[in-house]
Amino acid sequence: MSSLGTQVRTEVQLVLRNGEQLLLTLGIPVMLLVFFSVVDVLPTGTDDPIDFLAPGILALAVMSTSMVSLGIGTGFERTYQVLKRLGATPLGRGRLIAAKILSVVLVELIQLAILIPVAFALGWAPTDPNWLLALVAIVLGTIAFAGIGLSLAGRLRGEINLAAQNGIYLVLLLLGGMVIPFDELPAALQAVARLLPSGALADVLRESLTQAGDRPGTSWIVLAAWALVSPLVARRLFRFE
Amino acid sequence: MLLVACTLVSVVEVDGLTMRYGDLLAVDRVSFTAEAGQITAVLGPNGAGKTSTIEACEGYRRPTTGTVRVLGLDPAAQQVRLSERMGVMLQEGGVYPSARVLDTVKHYCALYGRGADPAWLVESVGLAERRNATWRRLSGGEKQRLSLALALAARPDVAFLDEPTSGVDINGRDTIRRIVRELADGGCAVVLATHELDEAERVADRVIIFDHGQVIADGTLAELRRGHDEIRFRSDVALDAVGLAASIEHPVRSLGDGEFVVDASPDPRLVAQLTGWLADHGHPLADLRGGAQRLEDVFRRLTASTEAPSDGDT
Repeated sequence: MSSLGTQVRTEVQLVLRNGEQLLLTLGIPVMLLVFFSVVDVLPTGTDDPIDFLAPGILALAVMSTSMVSLGIGTGFERTYQVLKRLGATPLGRGRLIAAKILSVVLVELIQLAILIPVAFALGWAPTDPNWLLALVAIVLGTIAFAGIGLSLAGRLRGEINLAAQNGIYLVLLLLGGMVIPFDELPAALQAVARLLPSGALADVLRESLTQAGDRPGTSWIVLAAWALVSPLVARRLFRFE
Repeated sequence: MLLVACTLVSVVEVDGLTMRYGDLLAVDRVSFTAEAGQITAVLGPNGAGKTSTIEACEGYRRPTTGTVRVLGLDPAAQQVRLSERMGVMLQEGGVYPSARVLDTVKHYCALYGRGADPAWLVESVGLAERRNATWRRLSGGEKQRLSLALALAARPDVAFLDEPTSGVDINGRDTIRRIVRELADGGCAVVLATHELDEAERVADRVIIFDHGQVIADGTLAELRRGHDEIRFRSDVALDAVGLAASIEHPVRSLGDGEFVVDASPDPRLVAQLTGWLADHGHPLADLRGGAQRLEDVFRRLTASTEAPSDGDT
């Protein structure tokens, strides 16, 4: 196996063997999807809450893996000098970054392979879904969130990075239209929420899969802007040591 | 008659290396070589520039001026190619905290792809019984031995080992010394940075001493000690060193805590003068020994410092 393949396998194993990472990437999304689908307490504005929740939870899964899981893991690896040591192997820094990207993609595929059947089992029946467009949205969202996660991981100390990633995760979850519709937020917060990458991703996924987006045109522009800017910021801020 | 020429092959070649961080001149026109089959110890007090120099050799830092060649390659520009044949042991860390010992060694053996046997490596560094322990559960010494195993996974032609015996118990030290010696005997150029002078004295074929960003000494232990014999003894703290020096006509230095050094060869007549003076003045005598200076004394003399070198470095 090539050094890249070896590293991808290790990265994925580390996520799947780590209880906290599993809780974050699979446990919380599945629990939120199941709980709020069965217990109809959210003001989703749809006949069946699963119709609102399913695209939002897919967006949450993407954010969990590409921002929080990647960011926290990379932050600790930087603190413990794992990145520095791996940089002096035949893997090199370029293939190390490539391995991280590929491992994020693989974990996301595992998430989608679990969440989508669970959503169908809970009664989700999207009409005329555009899966290709949803895939484009997921790719853009992954790039945007990975840029944010690595910007923090590449500069902050391990514990501070951990706190920051978790704090931002909570804010982006609550204001991101993933489980709470934008309309339910106060007007001032709505304006902010619509500019967040989580809100934009959830909205374009909802539009792509159920044609029920809030302002999909604006959301595509916001998502694309985050996908363009955040990797550039990460490139500027990131330090291997 | 058959004449066999024994030539040393320079694996590490540093020429006029200067490393500057903003206004800080960390390394100032340093030049040295490290040869295949030898253990070269790099010593220096805090901030002497040894870590910056070694990291330039490993490809982590780019020289401000000067050139560095390792195995004929430019480390900063060709780090990936160099790393295929280079073993690196960081001073600390470098391993996923949740990763198990054997899994980590397997991972690195696969990354290097040079046929090293993970199980044998784990066994050779004395971690066979801890093969399933995670890194975060290892003791400091066990972490060092795992880190050494990762350096060996490269089956290296050149190895840079930073404080390999730091925090390691006596048995572990013996294991590490044996492995490092075997590595050099196999033809690898081993560059070992340490603040433990005793360790350097035990394993190094050659010593390079850094101070204030410059190389101030470079040679074998015998070369560095040459011409610096001494007589060392213990007596009363209140001993009149000036009076003793006047009597025996050689300089006498107090190292504190009742330890004294006479900067002279241990000539029997001089020793007799010394012990006679102590007897005449009613002073006790203990731990009398004479001969070549220890590396620590060489180091102190050269750096003109009373502070032992520390592991924090630029």
